[in-house]
Amino acid sequence: MIDSLTRPDPDQIRHWLAEVPDPEVPAVSVMDLGIVRDVQWQDDELVVAITPTYSGCPATSVIAFEIEAALRAKGIDRLRIERRLSPPWTTDWITREGRQRLEAYGIAPPAENAGGPSPFDRFLRKPLTIACPRCKSENTDRVSEFGSTPCKAQYRCRDCLEPFDYFKCI
Amino acid sequence: MIAQDALVEYLLRLGDNALILGHRLSEWCGHSPALEEDLALSNVALDLIGQTQLWLNLAGEIEGRGRDADKLAYLRDARDFRNVLLVEQPNGDFAVTMARQFYFDAWHYLLLRELTGSKDARIAEIAAKGLKEVTYHLERSRDWVLRLGDGMEESHRRMQAAIDDLWMFTGELFESDEIDHAMIQEGLGPDLALLHEPWLGLVSTTLEEATLIVPQPGWAQKGGKRGIHSEHLGYILADLQFLQRAYPNATW
Repeated sequence: MIDSLTRPDPDQIRHWLAEVPDPEVPAVSVMDLGIVRDVQWQDDELVVAITPTYSGCPATSVIAFEIEAALRAKGIDRLRIERRLSPPWTTDWITREGRQRLEAYGIAPPAENAGGPSPFDRFLRKPLTIACPRCKSENTDRVSEFGSTPCKAQYRCRDCLEPFDYFKCI
Repeated sequence: MIAQDALVEYLLRLGDNALILGHRLSEWCGHSPALEEDLALSNVALDLIGQTQLWLNLAGEIEGRGRDADKLAYLRDARDFRNVLLVEQPNGDFAVTMARQFYFDAWHYLLLRELTGSKDARIAEIAAKGLKEVTYHLERSRDWVLRLGDGMEESHRRMQAAIDDLWMFTGELFESDEIDHAMIQEGLGPDLALLHEPWLGLVSTTLEEATLIVPQPGWAQKGGKRGIHSEHLGYILADLQFLQRAYPNATW
């Protein structure tokens, strides 16, 4: 039983959540991706606010489930996962460590700043140069605007010939 | 009509557009010309179905009759659907699918951009979320119009035919009726007529760049927003709703 004296503080909880992998990109945690927006106690109930990366992302419900399971395993029995839509998720919220882990895993991290949570009028811009996560060459081609999940696009490296995913910038 | 009914009706339109187009795109799954396109079309469909859930859940919540997004999607008949005719048109060949997508994306982008300024925070936040996805959809469909239009003789011919055939379904996108006027009055939604100029600008410059001819203004097919649909919607629903109709309340 957790009461106001024994309940772990939100920083400790964030630390625990940094161990919960994203179900689709397990190299990074839900904290790395910036999916967890808020952690706070409301009386004796813990409220964790999460935001979907894409509105149709099927991982969102799995993420909620895994966060709940991880926290219950730490003895937190009264918790609620709140889904928060605003401000909308942006790749700018991926942490620096998260970006490094993505690259080490073979996924090129977002190449530009999304310009805050409301990047209107970004289309018609020049195609970005995406470096190959394997050999770092910038001699790459986009194969398709979408990859294995809604958050990624497919590229290939023309030097080392490696196909790779690019975590697109929104 | 009281304001709340108009708002529910308006949200059904937003949700049904996303639902029916998302369903149409999902029909390509496993049939696309290339694996990359199969993934891309399915992912665009997924974004649209995600947006559908947000709009229809909000519609059901405001309606207050215990209907959520699933009930609204699976248990309404064709006459109760409020999507525009454009999105229910058959996939045809790849050029038809991308022309339909380009017309819709350009409009959807402009509409959501306006809706981010809605006085109703719930509408504004769904629009802001969707806009990010739709911006990307528009980049992609515009790219395909360029590639096919300014591609080979055959791809050019097919893209021009698709652009011409679907043109009569674009007029409906910019017509405001009493529901839209109620939204304008309450500061909840934009005047659709004002979206026409930027839409036409975007479409014209893209078609010209793609060496395609911009169709002339002409007869516009309409009725979807009031529930008067083409024969295609019934077939879509037969597929989409089969499981819930045959096995009511089935879950998995």
